[in-house]
Amino acid sequence: MDVVLELKGITKRFPGVVANDRVDLDLRRGEIHAVLGENGAGKSTIMKIVSGLYSPDEGTILLEGRPVRFAGPREAITAGIGMVHQHFMLIPVMTVAENIVLGREPARGLALDVRRAREDVRQLSARYGLEIDPDRLVGELSVGLQQRVEILKAFYRGANILILDEPTAMLTPQEARELFRIMRELARSGVSIFFISHKLDEVMEVADRVSVMRQGRRVATLPAAETSPEQLAELMVGRSVLLRVERGEHRPGEPVLAVEGLGRAARGGRAALADISFEVRAGEIFGLAGVEGNGQQELVEVLAGLLKPDRGTVRLGGVDVTGRSPRQLFEMGVAYIPPDRQAEGLVLDLTVAENLALKDYYRAPLARRGLIDVKRLAERARALVVEYDVRPANPAAVARTLSGGNQQKVILGREVSSSPRLLIAAQPTRGLDVGAIEFVHRRLLALRDSGAAVLLSSLELDEILSLADRIGVMYKGRLVAVLDADEATRERVGLLMTGATAAAPAGAGTAAAGAGAEEVRRP
Amino acid sequence: MNGSEIFNAQLWMTALSSATPLALAALGGTFSERTGVVNIAMEGMMLTGAFVAVLASATLHSAFLGLAAAILSGMLMAVLFAWGTIRYKADQVVVGMAINVLAAGLTGYLLNAIYGFTGTPPDTPRLPDVTIPGLAQMPGIGAVLGRADLLVYVMLLLVPLSHYFLFRTPLGLRMRAVGEHPQAADTAGIDVNRLRFLGVLISGALSGMAGAYISIGVLNAFNVNMTNGRGYIALAAMIFGNWKPVGAFLAAALFGLANALAINLQGLEGWHVSKDFVLMIPYALTILALAGIVRRTTPPAADGIPYEPGH
Amino acid sequence: MTSTRATAVLVPVLSVLLSFLVGGVIVVISGHDPLAAYVALLQGAFGSVFNLANTLTVAVPLMLAGLGVAFTFRAGLFNIGAEGQYWLGSIAAAWVGYAVHGLPVWVHLPLALLAGTLAGALWAALIPGVLKAWTGAHEVITTMMMSYIAINLARYLIEGGPMMAPGYTPQSPAVLPTATLPALVPGTQLSWGLVLAVLAAVAVWFVLYRTTFGFEVRAAGLNGRAARYAGMNVARIIVLAMFVSGALAGLAGAVQTLGVNHRLFDAFNAGYGYTAIVVALLGKNNPWGVLAAAVLFGALNAGASAMQMQAGVPAHLVDVVQGMIIFFIAVDGIIRSVLRRTRKEAAQA
Repeated sequence: MDVVLELKGITKRFPGVVANDRVDLDLRRGEIHAVLGENGAGKSTIMKIVSGLYSPDEGTILLEGRPVRFAGPREAITAGIGMVHQHFMLIPVMTVAENIVLGREPARGLALDVRRAREDVRQLSARYGLEIDPDRLVGELSVGLQQRVEILKAFYRGANILILDEPTAMLTPQEARELFRIMRELARSGVSIFFISHKLDEVMEVADRVSVMRQGRRVATLPAAETSPEQLAELMVGRSVLLRVERGEHRPGEPVLAVEGLGRAARGGRAALADISFEVRAGEIFGLAGVEGNGQQELVEVLAGLLKPDRGTVRLGGVDVTGRSPRQLFEMGVAYIPPDRQAEGLVLDLTVAENLALKDYYRAPLARRGLIDVKRLAERARALVVEYDVRPANPAAVARTLSGGNQQKVILGREVSSSPRLLIAAQPTRGLDVGAIEFVHRRLLALRDSGAAVLLSSLELDEILSLADRIGVMYKGRLVAVLDADEATRERVGLLMTGATAAAPAGAGTAAAGAGAEEVRRP
Repeated sequence: MNGSEIFNAQLWMTALSSATPLALAALGGTFSERTGVVNIAMEGMMLTGAFVAVLASATLHSAFLGLAAAILSGMLMAVLFAWGTIRYKADQVVVGMAINVLAAGLTGYLLNAIYGFTGTPPDTPRLPDVTIPGLAQMPGIGAVLGRADLLVYVMLLLVPLSHYFLFRTPLGLRMRAVGEHPQAADTAGIDVNRLRFLGVLISGALSGMAGAYISIGVLNAFNVNMTNGRGYIALAAMIFGNWKPVGAFLAAALFGLANALAINLQGLEGWHVSKDFVLMIPYALTILALAGIVRRTTPPAADGIPYEPGH
Repeated sequence: MTSTRATAVLVPVLSVLLSFLVGGVIVVISGHDPLAAYVALLQGAFGSVFNLANTLTVAVPLMLAGLGVAFTFRAGLFNIGAEGQYWLGSIAAAWVGYAVHGLPVWVHLPLALLAGTLAGALWAALIPGVLKAWTGAHEVITTMMMSYIAINLARYLIEGGPMMAPGYTPQSPAVLPTATLPALVPGTQLSWGLVLAVLAAVAVWFVLYRTTFGFEVRAAGLNGRAARYAGMNVARIIVLAMFVSGALAGLAGAVQTLGVNHRLFDAFNAGYGYTAIVVALLGKNNPWGVLAAAVLFGALNAGASAMQMQAGVPAHLVDVVQGMIIFFIAVDGIIRSVLRRTRKEAAQA
């Protein structure tokens, strides 16, 4: 098979990090080449270089054997490279046809030739087997169909190389399976595909070859048929294998959090929740697993008081707290680590000290009668930065100047030091380096051992498997199973996450929940 | 005059005349904001146009050259506005204010420096009135629409043309795409900043034209701060018109009618509503529209947000 | 990074200098001597006790309204309608000032000031504030529209409306001596309002940095989402911040009415609310910076007529300079890039 695209010695540096370190990569005609790696391994950066969004500091790109340099995405498109972004580049208030022809519109005289645009889209749909109604508004389509529009957009621009960036992140399993079918079809017709993913099973299912990235480098390229998930996993994480934490014995106490029959319709771009019931006890970590977009984040935000449920009750230590505000919940001992620390967890332009006081600034000992005791606030911050190993250990530093790991330590310090009865941690280690991840894990376990209840929501299955005492699996807005840690294997939880065994027992309720979860989401 | 006589031909003529500069500027604002640039600088562009129209018309003894110069001067202010907001990604509202203050200062300064305390020359040529044969003879409507200033007809023509341009042509599609989702437009090969520049430039041209109407369309003179906040009412009309050319025109017409009513009310006996209350109507309606009480308005999704590529 | 702090101060200073430079070029083009113009401007602004008092008289409402605008900027809001709040303050203070009889000074004067403050506060909080908090209606547009409504309301009141004084001049009756802010410097228009303005700056600083409400304002202004996640009631913060801002602008109107104009009349004192925005921007929303910027703009306006009379340069030049200052402050990328270049060249030399 001939090589259509070849990367040689690509290096890309950002302030403080080498995102790509002398990466060699090639793509053959008609193949699906998976680029596998954990968050921050450099796979997105290399693809942004291929699609012209970044220019490399070193190295060359050969297209059909000829060296090319892209000054921007436009030139990459002209060269036949189409990128399907994880966050779609679609305009919800315009039609499918308008979105597809945008930038290369057929015209009749001065006017946009709407009929031809529609016809062109129909022909493309037929040719690639991607059925779509050209006149629908994109904002009304499901995520899966929107992705289809994105792919058609690339083909309309003459792409013969397709880059799919984490294309299944927002899809339901059915939609993902359909996508894989389409990918195989396209490859057969001669399209070459880079498939970016961090999910082993997907890569094994669809790829011809797999390149594994780790810490900015390409560590291996293997034919998919000659490798195994185990081998790939080891390559992804390196020698240190998986993060294993020492976890003491599970001695659960009284239920702290009790959720019963919680439901919420899909709206405002948020997924639905249906009939969720579970408990989190004192002294345990309850892990919430699931594919992104199956309602975990919505559930977490309902419990943190940020979203209001339509149905059901939430009890905290036996008290009904359904619908209470974040402040009221905080005062009852609920702490919350939000998934996006820069947008939700911190006010980046305030100091570390002020961020540490962001929740209890209003009450003693930090404040009295509406006046802030600046000295106390600074003193406590000095103690906390030491205790939580925030570097630099300077409470007057502006939060923005800290590294991601240290920013997360500030949040952790703030939430854990409030001695919560219940800590809700959503994606607490996303994007952190190994050292910081370990720190966060140790702190969560220490909190559990001190008798608090911990609800851990994470997209990293391994994190949940290594930390949680019990594991709840979310699928399409439902809690489809709750397993004890010793009965939870990677395979079993993984299957449940894809709804494999959920379909049967869920029975009559599935239709309603499914309808909710499949509702339109804007890109 | 009593209550039933208030809706006379004179009222409709005044309404149309008041609506014309508002509609011209509001149409321009639609282009700017549809590409994602919030444009409160219309007031300043208009004021500049009004002054330059008189200056050029008086100096070159041609109202048409005055009009052309007014359009160009509006575009010049637009270039300055675009340079700050698009090239340097500065806050659009603040730069808009800067343009307005600057325009007030420059026109006031130049008026004084060039014409002293006597004001602009009394023999400044004015834009001609145009008579539409046939229409002028028709009863009722003929008195209002049959004979009017040239720019009134230009404005009436520009309404459907703007609509066609924005919603039926490839360039219009691209401009709207830029205002809705600049990243999407960029990855589709569209030069976001160039189209934003174009939108602002069109806005400058139409605001300059609106200014010319005020100074050499209705009158043939310029005085300090002559536009008197019409740029802001035009902005209100564009918002009330839901960022659409036809809507902007209808809103401008409504606001023009309010203005005409306010003028007519002054001569009315036994009527206790002050003209000042009628003049509040456009502002009050715009607030209600923004709050979703009168009607639902939806601005372009990326309106007001400078574009940073690769984000 | 010591250079960032230096840049933060340098940008406003250079903006001002550069604007005067551009103004000078315009003066040259129109055939005048820029040096003579600026000397006359400076003398007109600071050349005597009387002139200095004039400068400060103009600066007082700018300080108060500027503090108000700065307060909303700190809350992440853009109150472009200080002008309207200022008018409401003027109306209420004038009414209490002339219509309420028989009160001693120490009741009447505070009452009139309070009325103006409250009127401005409610004008900002009730409609723009509440709409922003609950419907998301953009405060730039709503406060701007409210300004025009306020101006029309004031016109109605004094042009044949209930507040018109007997006679044909559109103005209200004069406020009673018991509601008049006494002069700070006898023989000038500078009233005790200056002391109020400085106290207000101290109060704004104290509220922002020493109270829980100020903490909430700063947090919500920088990141509303994080503030909400931390349990703050962002809708309440928005309404209260607009209230405080409108209160300061209303106080500005009250002080001007009770201390300088002594009655409500049309147009003469218009525009302080707009200039206040520039003052807040130039002062970088810092209370002390606002005071300094207000004095600068007070000087520009007070010195303008002296410049026109002595150097023959139209007073509108100060508007040009003012516009340029806003432009350079807003587009600080221009000045920053110049600074960067000069630093680089200095390093290479």
